[in-house]
Amino acid sequence: MGDANVTASKWRHVEVGRVVLFSEGPYAGKLAAIVQIIDHKRVLVDGPASDPKSVVPRHSTPLAHLSLTTIVIPKLPRGARNGAVKKFWEKTEVEKSWNNTAWAQSRARSVKRSQLSDFERYKVMRLRKQTRFEVRKSFAAARKSAKA
Amino acid sequence: MSTEPQTKKFQKGERTIPHASQKASKYYPAEDEAQPKKSRKALRPYKPRPSLTPGKVLILLAGRFRGKRVVLLKTLDQGVLLVTGPFKINGVPLRRVNARYVIATKTTIPLDGALDESVMEKVSKPEYFARDKKADKKGSEEAFFGQGEGAKEKKQVSGERSGDQKKVDEGLLKAIKKEAMLQEYLKSQFSLRKGDRPHEMVF
Repeated sequence: MGDANVTASKWRHVEVGRVVLFSEGPYAGKLAAIVQIIDHKRVLVDGPASDPKSVVPRHSTPLAHLSLTTIVIPKLPRGARNGAVKKFWEKTEVEKSWNNTAWAQSRARSVKRSQLSDFERYKVMRLRKQTRFEVRKSFAAARKSAKA
Repeated sequence: MSTEPQTKKFQKGERTIPHASQKASKYYPAEDEAQPKKSRKALRPYKPRPSLTPGKVLILLAGRFRGKRVVLLKTLDQGVLLVTGPFKINGVPLRRVNARYVIATKTTIPLDGALDESVMEKVSKPEYFARDKKADKKGSEEAFFGQGEGAKEKKQVSGERSGDQKKVDEGLLKAIKKEAMLQEYLKSQFSLRKGDRPHEMVF
């Protein structure tokens, strides 16, 4: 028999220090960190964001309302209180690393697109057409030169 | 006949008797007379939606020009709006539309000084849009029997009207051309695509 190759899964875990994104409820779209796991369905979260508008107060919430992000605050003590969470939050630069993820950027883009006015939507449509035209033009030229 | 009361004398005294027409009725109505209900509502002057300011680009939702994007020139009384395409751009003439069947967008065209005051005053009167009864033969015998030939006759737009339209368009076009793509935007029609949710859209 061959050697068994055991590797740990790369799944994101529900763990203390895991940064989560609210997908529904009153804090939808805001970030928080898991402070304590209450049971298999609920966790205690705290989101001491720098912007007061996106602060999530410390509360217990069902995991069904959350999405796990790739960010984990390392060595966050279990049940850490608000002040301590804030310190760790700032030290690991949670918001900065979140804003750098493709996930956050595509979210921001879709929000921006949904807030466009009618005229702006028209302009986006026109500009997309223009870029498409240019791309196809250069592609056709490249193909022609490759054939020849 | 006089309706004065009669005075009757008795042995010692006298008394006045009202005339027969003045006498109280023997009967009274079996049912109470209906009292008109007092309205507690006050008649207030019409106030257009705050979004309906002159120069706004509107999307028409009903009528012959539904889906067209037009420019609001003036809010008239009682929910009527004076709009134009401009005619040169999208074919919508000077026209009155119901404010209810209109979406106001966020786009505004600066109108200050763009419109001829005297033309605007003339155009915003209801008489300007009144039907010419002489020319309109609808319902007459002549129109009924002459349907075959009458239908061929194309309605002529009076020179005065097209002149007014030109004057209004001229000023508007100048303002519109200042912004890129605005002219093409007004030329295009609005429609819902797959996945568009009008109640969640920003205009």
